[in-house]
Amino acid sequence: MSYIHTLINGTNFDHKGLNALQKVTLRAVVMAFLFYGLVALEGMIMRMVEVGHVPLNPLPEQFFHPEHFFSIMTVHPIVGIFGSTYQLVFGAFTFLVPYLTKKPLYSVKLANWTWILITAGTALAWVAAFVWQYAPLYTLYWPLPADTHQFNVIGGIVFIIGVALIMVGTLGFIYNIYATIFARVGIHKNKTTKELLISGFGIDGFLNLINKLRGKQPYTKEPALALPVVAIFRGTVDTFLDALVILGAGILILVYLLFDASGHALDVTAIDALLYKNFFWWGLDLVADGLVLIYVAGSWYLLATLITGQKLFMENVARAALMLELLVSWMVWSHHLLGDQGQPEMMKLISGEMVTAFELLTQGLALFITLVTLWKARPLKMTMELKYLLGGLVGFGLAVPAAIIQADMGMNRVLHNTQWIIGAHVHIALIVGLYMTLYSALYVLWPLVTNNTKLYSHKLANTHFWLHLIGGIGMGAFMGMAGLDGMLRRHLYVDGQFNPDMIFAAIFGSMLLVAWAVFLYNIIMSVGIKGLIGIFLPAKDATASYGIEEELEPADDPAFANA
Amino acid sequence: MTFTNSAELLSFHWVAYSIYAAMIISVVAWFGYNLTKKDAKSVFRIPFYWYMAFLVAGGVGHHIFTYNTIPWVSQDIDRHNITPDVKYEFEIKDHKWIGLPKQIVIQCGQTVEFDVHSRDLVYGFGLFRQDGSMVMQMQVNPGTDVNGILDSNDILWTFNHNGVFDLTSTEYSGPRQYSEDGKDLMLVKDFVKVVGCKDNGGIQ
Repeated sequence: MSYIHTLINGTNFDHKGLNALQKVTLRAVVMAFLFYGLVALEGMIMRMVEVGHVPLNPLPEQFFHPEHFFSIMTVHPIVGIFGSTYQLVFGAFTFLVPYLTKKPLYSVKLANWTWILITAGTALAWVAAFVWQYAPLYTLYWPLPADTHQFNVIGGIVFIIGVALIMVGTLGFIYNIYATIFARVGIHKNKTTKELLISGFGIDGFLNLINKLRGKQPYTKEPALALPVVAIFRGTVDTFLDALVILGAGILILVYLLFDASGHALDVTAIDALLYKNFFWWGLDLVADGLVLIYVAGSWYLLATLITGQKLFMENVARAALMLELLVSWMVWSHHLLGDQGQPEMMKLISGEMVTAFELLTQGLALFITLVTLWKARPLKMTMELKYLLGGLVGFGLAVPAAIIQADMGMNRVLHNTQWIIGAHVHIALIVGLYMTLYSALYVLWPLVTNNTKLYSHKLANTHFWLHLIGGIGMGAFMGMAGLDGMLRRHLYVDGQFNPDMIFAAIFGSMLLVAWAVFLYNIIMSVGIKGLIGIFLPAKDATASYGIEEELEPADDPAFANA
Repeated sequence: MTFTNSAELLSFHWVAYSIYAAMIISVVAWFGYNLTKKDAKSVFRIPFYWYMAFLVAGGVGHHIFTYNTIPWVSQDIDRHNITPDVKYEFEIKDHKWIGLPKQIVIQCGQTVEFDVHSRDLVYGFGLFRQDGSMVMQMQVNPGTDVNGILDSNDILWTFNHNGVFDLTSTEYSGPRQYSEDGKDLMLVKDFVKVVGCKDNGGIQ
């Protein structure tokens, strides 16, 4: 088979054979990886700026200008977290929830709107930064986003509309997931909403544990929902609350910008900056310390059971722990405010330090359960999905303690806002921990979502794995070391003050960019350009489920509507 | 064991975390290798409850350790009951420090209160050594009380080592903090000078 033929047609991928659920999943995944490439490029540009004006730095002068640099820094997390990670996770869960519950997705149409809205919203936010250089950063600390002396009003309005579209798309995903879980069709035909709720919140696992301690029969031997669905159910609570908070902040900023544009500027001091910080961080932290950790724990459990083909070790404990993780995630936001002297000391101590330390417990528990499940099933073949899962475990094994160390009033005084937190914690958690877990899920789901399409090259898949793992850990490590040397995270350095740390971080960062190119090439060669385009063409098969007999989508099922 | 300044703390942290990182990577690599072996045996068994106890001890013990070894923690919590030896108060507006002396000279061991007010945006207040490493920092939030008096952002700090420290804002407040060619306009070189300490720290 010639190279050109494979490039155009792929290995044995047939987009016409995909059903509606498979297609909508793949659309979100494709957009997620395109945005990932953009975010990796942005990251490299910023890293090269921090390397400074040194010989052989090929970066054009315009990127060293503060307006340009901070515009990139503003959209980098928007594109990375929402455009890429949210889309990838939402795409995977849109497929997994129907697959695991053996029910059809509530609405494929809504799932299509979800990826379209998030893609359009991310693109709008990016355009606002690129065209108008709107750069209040993702933190949106009041009153900076409404500071029209520094930023263009139109740029601000476009940016906020973009973020709002992302959140509306997110709400669409949430509705779709819950509507699917609560749909009383298929295996849940005879289940009550109460039974599904009890299972969704993990209360059945908790009651099983209590009954076991009291020597009684289990509350239920067959929980209504599979454990990964419980994690999705639970994490989506945080996704919902986070969307409300970000939408709320967006509306506030939009009102101020619109009044400013009309020539009747409002008084920004009417909003207390510290109170706003508390409100905003409570919501934003539901992403970092809420849905990410819960979704990841659920993904590890799913992957461990699929890879080993065995039951999860200590499943009831895992179910109950997911409930604890949800409660913990609502009470930890003050660790972002340990450097704020106006923040009450008790909140710093209880929320910022003590409750935050619980994350070591919940994430450590998830790590333990996953490792023991794998260990009990040995010998295992070192498949791509197992490799990536182990990579994901390493990522969180490194990143969670790095954050717990900083969530301390003593350490925070010298580490807050430095490259330590964004490098050793955030980037290692996202790039190594989260993305390697997601790559593992991708390799597990690949045969299901693509109807057993042959991967173009396992050598390339391996190359991607090592480049991504070494690049991710290396970049995060050198950013972290620069943080210990005093380098701030939201600051512009143009003279290479923190070299050679930044040079090494750039070298490892470039490995990440190359890894992405290798991965994308491998995927394109597998599905072919025709197949890639075909994913976005309407599906001939309207089935909204996978692996069960064809059923109507609940949204289109008159019987369900009348129920 | 007590850390007398942030440089000692950061060095300790660098070593401790590097050892931990090498350990966790090695453990997972060893684990992954043995997953493929049929006859792999556990080197040691970790009982579940001991593992959980270890995590709890790690989470809680970390704070107990820092509270007892880092002097600025208890000082910060109790700062409203401590009378400083010297107090400096100044404001920030439009990315400019207002009422800032060219340099302040602090005697070794003196406890200094810095009280910073912002008239517009969220800024930071951070002191840095000549090698770029951080001495300390805090956030500077804008805002007023019901009487229109600017909110305090106060921190107590005791200097135990001689040195000359630069000041800059540690929180992003928009691109106007920088010149077009990327220079930090809020950087105040050599703002704090500490004198009178022994060579290895402490009062002479």
